[in-house]
Amino acid sequence: MQTVRSVEAKIREEKILGPWQLAWIRLKRNKLAMLGLYILIFMVLLSVFGPMISPYNMETLDLSNISAPPSLSHPLGTDEVGRDVLTRVMYAGRISLSVGIVAVLISVLIGSIVGAISGYYGGIIDAVLMRIVDIFMCFPFLPLLLMVAAVMSDYKIHPNYRIYVVMFIIGILSWPGLSRIIRGQILSLREQEFIQAAEALGLRDRRKIFRHLLPNTFSSIIVSATLEVAGAILTESALSYLGLGVTPPTPSWGNMVNAVTDAYVFQFYPWRWVPPGICIFITVMAINLLGDGLRDALDPKLKH
Amino acid sequence: MRQYITRRLLEMIPVLIGISILIFVIFQLAPGDAVSAIVDPKTSAETKAKLREQLHLNEPILVQYKYWVMDILKGQWGESFYYKQPVSRVINSFIWNSFYLSLASFLLSAILSIPIGVLSATKQYSKFDYIFTIFALIGISMPSFFFGLLLIKWFAVDLKLFPVSGMTNPGSTATGFALFKEVMHHMALPLIVLTLGSLAGLMRYTRSSMLEVIRQDYIRTARAKGLREKVVIYKHALRNALIPVVTIFGMSLPGLFSGAIITEQIFNWPGIGPIELQAVNTRDYPLLMGINMLLALLTLLGNLIADVTYALVDPRIRLK
Repeated sequence: MQTVRSVEAKIREEKILGPWQLAWIRLKRNKLAMLGLYILIFMVLLSVFGPMISPYNMETLDLSNISAPPSLSHPLGTDEVGRDVLTRVMYAGRISLSVGIVAVLISVLIGSIVGAISGYYGGIIDAVLMRIVDIFMCFPFLPLLLMVAAVMSDYKIHPNYRIYVVMFIIGILSWPGLSRIIRGQILSLREQEFIQAAEALGLRDRRKIFRHLLPNTFSSIIVSATLEVAGAILTESALSYLGLGVTPPTPSWGNMVNAVTDAYVFQFYPWRWVPPGICIFITVMAINLLGDGLRDALDPKLKH
Repeated sequence: MRQYITRRLLEMIPVLIGISILIFVIFQLAPGDAVSAIVDPKTSAETKAKLREQLHLNEPILVQYKYWVMDILKGQWGESFYYKQPVSRVINSFIWNSFYLSLASFLLSAILSIPIGVLSATKQYSKFDYIFTIFALIGISMPSFFFGLLLIKWFAVDLKLFPVSGMTNPGSTATGFALFKEVMHHMALPLIVLTLGSLAGLMRYTRSSMLEVIRQDYIRTARAKGLREKVVIYKHALRNALIPVVTIFGMSLPGLFSGAIITEQIFNWPGIGPIELQAVNTRDYPLLMGINMLLALLTLLGNLIADVTYALVDPRIRLK
């Protein structure tokens, strides 16, 4: 008896950790995930504060110093009108990262609401919504994206606002996958006792869905959303590279690589297109590392 | 089995209708109408009105949709604005080039991914496993256009080992084996780009599927009764591990026609990719709609094949 009591006391003494704290401890143990997190933080800081610290302005021309190779004053050289490439890469980071994040926020918003409604109500609502999801999922993503981007370009949107259009398109086309995951989880959560309790309390459907069911799917939402940011950044960069996404003068990593359409730049001025490409690669890889780590830490079931 | 296929085919119909509505709606969202895109601006208003009548542009939207669907069912996919040729002919003259490239990449990644995945699983956390984990990570994180450009820069421009772009040498008259060799030479770099992308996913998938299977009881039983490790892994475990992998392979079938748009563009491979992008840039809507409708159809078909093969290898599925 004595020992049991002392063990109980010991347990009471120990700090009780919430599920999020536990997940954080698990994440911290994963070296690769932490590496991803650090790289990501570095890229975010570089993009947010880099342009402020830089002595150059993104748009300042310097026609006496065109396409200069990397040097001490311009660590990544200059472009065809003498703008500092490093400053533009950092500024492009702001654009590419925010497109990725906002697009995913849009997709998470739609995906979780559709998934929750579908899973909670079931029946005909579920059947209709899931058929719509099927339609989106059956459609090859890139061709659909290209078609929408083409139509959007016809509206002659001012280049400064195109970034919002790109966020919107990517977001609106990428929610179906997430909605399926959420639906599956809601389906099983719905049958659990705490929802019966909520039912007994006479809570409204909206309250049950948004306060009781959806919060229980947060861990899978976070994991999918993180990995989706990587995908969204890749999509944005490909779209911008093709001239259908963010267009100059707004720099994005994708449209900076587009400088290669000039064969001379491609062959002789690699500092103008290689750094933004590497930035895409490193950022996406960091997010993938972090996402995999989060999956292991938050939701071991998700690992197939 | 026949019942299963019939059910799957019937389920495809509403999805197909939905896809056609989606394409039609996106197309309708484009500003301006088709007539101003076809004719030059100098054409008289009368001729334009006539054309509008002919193309049913004055009818309500639902009627227009009906006409469009009927045309598609009859196999009349309209005429490309840019090529001044029937859409089906334009697509037909390019899609096979896409198919050859993607098929090569599909076979290559299938041949490589299964053994790598199996070895990674049986030697989990070994050096081999780590190397290919990193490799897979690079594969899914590398933007294909950037990787393609780097390969062209290193291997085509600097080292001159491979041609920069295209499928054959300009003005080439090679036939037979010489032509095959020439095409292969051109295919090498785009093939590497495409394979890196698909290999990563397939490899990881095989690995996790295999890991799941070798933890099961019947594998322990097989070991316990003294079977050799090779037999356990390759005869007992692999068969079951490959079941979900078959589905993934099936799902990448439609990608054989559409999966390489960007890579084809980078290498100027005369496939559906550059044509689609050109149609996007010239706002060649009939061609664009045709390509998208075809790709959606192929995707559905690919999914069906995937499901059927899955049901073939795993009888449990059929009963659901």
